[in-house]
Amino acid sequence: MAEATPAPTAQCTAPIVRHRAATDEPIWVRRALIGLVLLTLGFLLFAPLFAVFAEALRQGLPAAVRSLDSPSGQAAIRLTLLVAVISVPLNAVFGLAAAWAIAKFDFRGKAFLITLIDLPFSISPVVAGLCFVLLFGAHSAFGVWLVSQGHQIVFAVPGIVLATMFVTFPFVARELIPLMVEQGRSEEEAALTLGASGWRTFLTVTLPNVKWALLYGVLLCNARAMGEFGAVAVVSGKIRGETTTMPLMIEMFYNEYMAVAAFTMAALLTLLALVTLTLKSLLEVAYADQLAATHRHH
Amino acid sequence: MARALRLREPSALPGFGLAFGVMMTMLSIIVLVPIGALILRGADIGLDEIWRILNTRRVWNALTLSFMTSLYAALFNLVFGVALAWVLVRYRFWGRRILDATVDLPFALPTAVAGIALTAIYVPQGMLGQFLVPIGIQVAYTQLGIFVALVFVGLPFVVRTVQPVIQEIETEVEEVSATLGAGRLRTFAQVVLPSLLPAALTGFALALARAVGEYGSVIFIAGNLPNRTEIAPLLIVIRLEEFNYDGAVAIAISMLAISFAMLLVINLIQVWSRKRYG
Repeated sequence: MAEATPAPTAQCTAPIVRHRAATDEPIWVRRALIGLVLLTLGFLLFAPLFAVFAEALRQGLPAAVRSLDSPSGQAAIRLTLLVAVISVPLNAVFGLAAAWAIAKFDFRGKAFLITLIDLPFSISPVVAGLCFVLLFGAHSAFGVWLVSQGHQIVFAVPGIVLATMFVTFPFVARELIPLMVEQGRSEEEAALTLGASGWRTFLTVTLPNVKWALLYGVLLCNARAMGEFGAVAVVSGKIRGETTTMPLMIEMFYNEYMAVAAFTMAALLTLLALVTLTLKSLLEVAYADQLAATHRHH
Repeated sequence: MARALRLREPSALPGFGLAFGVMMTMLSIIVLVPIGALILRGADIGLDEIWRILNTRRVWNALTLSFMTSLYAALFNLVFGVALAWVLVRYRFWGRRILDATVDLPFALPTAVAGIALTAIYVPQGMLGQFLVPIGIQVAYTQLGIFVALVFVGLPFVVRTVQPVIQEIETEVEEVSATLGAGRLRTFAQVVLPSLLPAALTGFALALARAVGEYGSVIFIAGNLPNRTEIAPLLIVIRLEEFNYDGAVAIAISMLAISFAMLLVINLIQVWSRKRYG
């Protein structure tokens, strides 16, 4: 089929020789497509990647390292880590609870519930930030009451955590729900029949079955949590050294023409992104079958 | 009858109450109550006043710019995403695996980083700007720059929705088409493309929704001139900084309304294309 042999009949003067399968494009089309794709991705993805490190190292590595050695730079890195450490595990807990309820039980309104969980994906991060400002800000009675009780939410760390959780909300649940639907509940039922408690069943049967998908979701959730800009920009108030995360610090350095500091901070986050991509690819290769359910349902 | 009225089927597994409770509590605190606060505030302002706020030149231009540029960027990603997915699945060439992994970079790279990096490349002294600006192509601080940033953030969506579908296509169908005398282009257009359409439209919708709301990567490259390169999310931030909450809420609510209307239309097209080709 791949290469049609010349017709054996004597009448055929010009033998038909096809060097490609019927399902291949002509070689020039293939080359042109590959070339086009490489060129476009070069402009769009590889050039920015290269630019981040080139700009950070413009005055050499020592200058780059020195540029972050300021109290506000250090505080930004600490705050970003703190926000991720709080919001990512909470989102993982939500993802596991949602997947357990939705995948292991039959109840009404499931599709609607999944739509609600996905809602943050179709809402602008800036609008998300605005929602929290309206709810907890100085213009709402609830916000005023909370402040009078000593709980500052917006323009403080709790608001940043809430806004980060909003934009990363669906990540873990989206990975787990399709997988746990596919796995069904027979293994859990078997464990319960054998006398295991509910928690033991969850910890020793369910969790090992979904651990790679969970890790995958946490990985993507963490990358977004540490890099979120729009939602956090609205709720943070941008108090230097107090409510400025790494992405917000990049903006401040950039606007103050401290290019090396801005790009060095950016390079740190780019390294995080590259590590995330590498781990993600490794997970996809090693545990394709355990992640496959998710990717068929995207 | 009793079965139809029951809200939940009985199950041998425990923990529904706990899991459902944790899910609903967190969903409410993080997502539903905050969005409710926005909608309540909008209802407070009233439709007439919202319309009056929208009907000013600056707001109108920002909304038009945001939605039109996002539409163009998502359309570009629709065509380019299908081509890229095709190349990644069907062709074998050096560096394919790395390319495949890099496609997800816009998901992993913080938007502020993308913003300053793209700007650094396309300014007149930049890596690419030094060649593009002399031939009259201005990217940084123009609407073209906004387009580039939005293409960047929406790039992975169509690729990742279409790729699994191409992997599952039976090449026999294409062989039959070729045997029946169709050229490669005709086979692709009439046999392959229809089966990709529903997935491609899903990716298109996701890319569009993402582009409309995008803020971080755009504000650095856009120049942010009112009426020319000022996107709607930025105008929300500006209104908030002016303590003009009504102005911010009106723009936010209209963005939500337009986004949902667009997603609804795309959903209807999807249902239609599934019926027609699925």
